[in-house]
Amino acid sequence: MEDLLIPKNTSDALALNRPIVEDTEFTTLNLGPTHPATHGIFQNILKMDGEKIVSGEQTIGYIHRAFEKIAERRPFYQITTLTDRMNYCSSPINNMGWHMTVEKLLGVTVPKRAQYIRVIMMELARIADHIICNSILGVDTGAYSGFLYVFQEREKIYEIYEEVCGARLTTNMGRIGGMERDLSPTAIAKIKDLIYNSLPKVLTEFEKLFNRNRIFVDRIVNVGPITGERALEYGFTGPNLRAAGVDYDVRVMEPYSSYEDFEFDIPVGHNGDTYDRFMVRNQEMWESMKIIRQALENLPEGPYYANENHYYLPPKQDVYKNMEALIYHFKIVMGEIDAPAGEVYHAVEGGNGELGFYLVSDGGRAPYRLHFRRPSFIYYQAYPEMCKGVSISDAIVIMSSLNVIAGELDA
Amino acid sequence: MTNQQIAEDIVAKFGENTHSFEEPWGLLTFTTNRQNIISLLEYLKKHETFRFNFLTDLTGIHLPDNKGAEFGVIYHLHSLENNVRIRIKVFLSQDDLHIPTATTLWPTANWMERETYDFFGILFDGHPKLIRILNIEEMDYFPMRKEYPLEDATREDKIDALFGR
Repeated sequence: MEDLLIPKNTSDALALNRPIVEDTEFTTLNLGPTHPATHGIFQNILKMDGEKIVSGEQTIGYIHRAFEKIAERRPFYQITTLTDRMNYCSSPINNMGWHMTVEKLLGVTVPKRAQYIRVIMMELARIADHIICNSILGVDTGAYSGFLYVFQEREKIYEIYEEVCGARLTTNMGRIGGMERDLSPTAIAKIKDLIYNSLPKVLTEFEKLFNRNRIFVDRIVNVGPITGERALEYGFTGPNLRAAGVDYDVRVMEPYSSYEDFEFDIPVGHNGDTYDRFMVRNQEMWESMKIIRQALENLPEGPYYANENHYYLPPKQDVYKNMEALIYHFKIVMGEIDAPAGEVYHAVEGGNGELGFYLVSDGGRAPYRLHFRRPSFIYYQAYPEMCKGVSISDAIVIMSSLNVIAGELDA
Repeated sequence: MTNQQIAEDIVAKFGENTHSFEEPWGLLTFTTNRQNIISLLEYLKKHETFRFNFLTDLTGIHLPDNKGAEFGVIYHLHSLENNVRIRIKVFLSQDDLHIPTATTLWPTANWMERETYDFFGILFDGHPKLIRILNIEEMDYFPMRKEYPLEDATREDKIDALFGR
């Protein structure tokens, strides 16, 4: 055993009768930009001492698409498609967040039914987002089967998206002033089937596979812990912050879209390690289901869009027959409608945390300045600190549990 | 704790260095200068009752017509205990785009400031590593400035008079 020890200092070397190693040699390892374990295009240059990470440095921006610049030349309704492409695992949340920001600027009140439909879609998106994060965490630790079970459910959520808005990944769901169409009976049936039948079963099975699985638990308990104070200093929000023990949730702190009508708990972790992040996300899926159930049961009757001719497209039949509708249709589509001047900050609870929109309008057709507060971009800074001194396999797990989405990182 | 109380407290402490108080959509917004920004942020962060301990967002804005104060740096702070947000602005002249860094108070300001530098060219003094973050290193301009239009200005098929851009 003794001869395997590398002498740390001169006296050790003399004691062990081994040559003195002046300084440790570090290896530089490139994790990314196109490494399968990074789940996206970003690079980590890791300085390794054997198997341990000494320091890391991230390079991001590989898929930067200049959304903030593009947005300065687009009418408000065309920016929704840009928000799709930020956190593409939960695009409806981004879409709704953007609609609500514009509605705040315009002073539009959305009918209760539209708000409830939005809540349903946002919570479905949150479930889809957390399914991806947690099941991929399983894949990264070598447990592939759980991933296959829950991805079936994600597929069902995508089918609901298809039913509601026609698209699956880049949804462009909802419109400024409400939803583009009402929930169809098929959509309601599909949501009910998912929430009451298939998802609870599969999620229970998933939790049985993972929560107490010795191999899995050994891999993730106490890996990449972060204290609540440090997480706040690093600007953590969302499940990652709640795993560290801080119960900050935008849905409760600043309720939007009628979130105050629903009963739900905020799961909070204790150590802020990978296991806590995993458990918080799992529990949040149950809470999301609770919210969807309440929203479906109490879904109010009434219109699904606000009566705002200036911003909400008139029905297509009217456009062909009615002069006024035709004018509004043309004006909206051509982006001729000016928004009032002002500056608005609106935040929603995205899949990864507080997704903020800082919108400055100068009274024109397009934003003067639009800034996205992207949670991934902000908390990914903490990654080198979190994986200091851990092995490369743990670093992969930490990154996976942080759920860094490249699209959101780079905007 | 109302916006009025916060504003009065800040004015009592910083006097004329803070001005242009307003409340768009209930969010207390005011302007200060770069000499006082860090002490103001520190004061708000460590204040016994306010506790603006969370830096939500830091970004920039370019207002080319605002002569002498063409660039703005905008801080969004959040007091998680009291659930109150405020917005602080600092305006800089385009001849002198220096502002002290907030990384001393919040490590999260690191990338936010790098992003602001990357897109607007605002120089954060004392920042540990002020290099571009999303754009390539070789880029020699700051793309979010208003002098860089998105579309080719020589195009004739898209006339502003018709399309209102």
